Amino acid sequence: MDYSNLQRKAAYLRKSLFDQGYLDEQFDQLEELQDEVNPNFVEEVVTLFFKDSSRLLNNIDQALEKSPNDFRKLDTYMHQLQGSTSSIGAFRVKRECTLFREYCDKENIEGCVKSFQKVKREHAVLRQKLEAYFQLLRQTGPVERATRASN
Amino acid sequence: MENPSRAEAFPVGLRVLVVDDDPTWMKILEKMLRKCSYEVTTCGLATVALSLLRGRRDKFDIVISDVNMPDMDGFELLEQVGLEMDLPVIMMSVNGETSRVMKGVQHGACDYLLKPIRMKELRNIWQHVYRKKMHELKEVEDHDISEDIQMSRSFSEDFDDRQGCLGKRKDLDSKETSDQECNDTAAVKKSRVVWSVDLHQKFVNAVKEIGFDKVGPKKILDLMNIPGLTRENVGSHLQKYRLYLSRLQKQHEERSSVKNIQPDFNPTGPRANFQNSATMNQISASGRYVPITQNFQAYNRTPAIFANNVKSTVALRLKDQMGTISSVETSTPKQEPWSNGIPLTSCVQRSKHDHEPNSSLEDCSHLPLTGQIHQTTTSQSLPPTSIISVACNPEQKTASTRTKPALNSTVVLPVICTSDSVSVQVERGSVDSQGFGVKHETDGSKIWMSPLREPRAKNEKDFVSLPEESPLSSLQNIGCFENIGLNSMDIFQHTGSTSLTGFHSNWYDGLEFNGDYSFDPVEYQVTDDCLFV
Repeated sequence: MDYSNLQRKAAYLRKSLFDQGYLDEQFDQLEELQDEVNPNFVEEVVTLFFKDSSRLLNNIDQALEKSPNDFRKLDTYMHQLQGSTSSIGAFRVKRECTLFREYCDKENIEGCVKSFQKVKREHAVLRQKLEAYFQLLRQTGPVERATRASN
Repeated sequence: MENPSRAEAFPVGLRVLVVDDDPTWMKILEKMLRKCSYEVTTCGLATVALSLLRGRRDKFDIVISDVNMPDMDGFELLEQVGLEMDLPVIMMSVNGETSRVMKGVQHGACDYLLKPIRMKELRNIWQHVYRKKMHELKEVEDHDISEDIQMSRSFSEDFDDRQGCLGKRKDLDSKETSDQECNDTAAVKKSRVVWSVDLHQKFVNAVKEIGFDKVGPKKILDLMNIPGLTRENVGSHLQKYRLYLSRLQKQHEERSSVKNIQPDFNPTGPRANFQNSATMNQISASGRYVPITQNFQAYNRTPAIFANNVKSTVALRLKDQMGTISSVETSTPKQEPWSNGIPLTSCVQRSKHDHEPNSSLEDCSHLPLTGQIHQTTTSQSLPPTSIISVACNPEQKTASTRTKPALNSTVVLPVICTSDSVSVQVERGSVDSQGFGVKHETDGSKIWMSPLREPRAKNEKDFVSLPEESPLSSLQNIGCFENIGLNSMDIFQHTGSTSLTGFHSNWYDGLEFNGDYSFDPVEYQVTDDCLFV
């Protein structure tokens, strides 16, 4: 059936997100919070995350452009972003953020720039994948817990 | 916590204030807490949170805040909440370094959670509320203050047993049944000791006398001789005081700008050079007072003035947003008139305790910028009229507060500084630099204005003569606010800011207009006839 196919797809996508490290157990937490009071909680949170993190990425972009030597500022922004990534369990993005901050510590601007590209890339990829996931969910309903990848 | 239904199903309905600038986390935390059946209020700014807490005292049981907030350091918020409202505060951060966690604990956090936070961690936060209540109840029980019965009732059935013990009221055999005492007792509705201006003054005096290095809760308690006050009360207060001082010192060390301002007057007496001291120094045990001197832009000054007789405190009642001014009282045991010439801006300085020679006063701000800015302008005019103005900064909304203390009155001007700089300017009239000062509390977030100098009117103008007697006697009324975890002393807050040029004061909403005041704020009109401290 189409429906169960879709369900399977969604489950598979979800599992791969975990397996490939895009998401970690924090995402599970979000799913657990979802209930009849907030039936779209996870998607709402994820949307909010991407909105806010885009803003933060923009800040960093600007800072890199205008005041690339202000490592403290860069670090502060990235720290904010990092905190934010921990909210939805965006594991890979978070990892890149950490690397960026290490470059900041060493005041290595080139390292920062390169690292930042990675942050943005991971961010974009995650966004795409999650959008696809939610789309599937809308068509099928929430994925069974049992199919959840164990982390 | 008088809600009976809450008492039945504690911790259901625990009232939590969440402070976090990250909207994603905020949403998650709110959901998590709601799932724990707690009542959640969210807040994206530390300053707003503080004003919420102040405006709705007793409306929250616990505060959870992120360490990294854009408008205020989370640790400072933590301190202030702990001091003013005495609520348990939990810190959160994505940063779990030991040093940070330690700092959190040092600043009084009852817990430090690492993000990502699990719901089960939040489920247990009620224990901090409970623990605090238990502690307070114990203190109360120890001293037979019966007001806490209602607290205990609302708390849990288990406490009913204790209520029997609390029923009796011990006779206060001390003569100290002053207003202060009553206020303290009355204010202990929630079995919290309210550190009124008076009480804190006694505390500081005691510490001064003992010597900061040798001080201990028992010694202080004995010296203070306040019935009903426990060693634990004093101990925790002392701890806060120490924290405050050390924070001041640290901030001072970080500060760079120190400007010396030369007042136009020549202070007589030993304190004459306060204006020149670029660094806070030699604050002796009494040096907790910060002189508000004219043109005091260097908060780093600790006038030698403070060195001694600071026994009086000046609490400036600031004009609140509406612009009403309360009385400004200063009292000082010693009068050392200075010549006048009050310069323009007096900065509130915090003197540091002498064993921390470099405290900086600058922390006059730090209260949330709630937009209460009291602008004070002092123009150097003739002695007789002194207008105390306190200028608060960041936003240039200033409500001019001019107070014109009556002759021989004490000027109490509690000021809560919210922003970076605090300056108190005395306009017209002479202000004795000694008479005016800011005494800050150890908590690090309070500033007491204490008169370091005496106003001196050239033309026999009104002067605030500082009474020699109990320095804070006139202030005592200001001190206690019922139901406020806030100590009157707490109204002075300052954050580390480098220069006390503006006095950001934040008058607690409840404070000024608090009907619990046992004394009527005196409205001083700003007129030429102002005398001041």
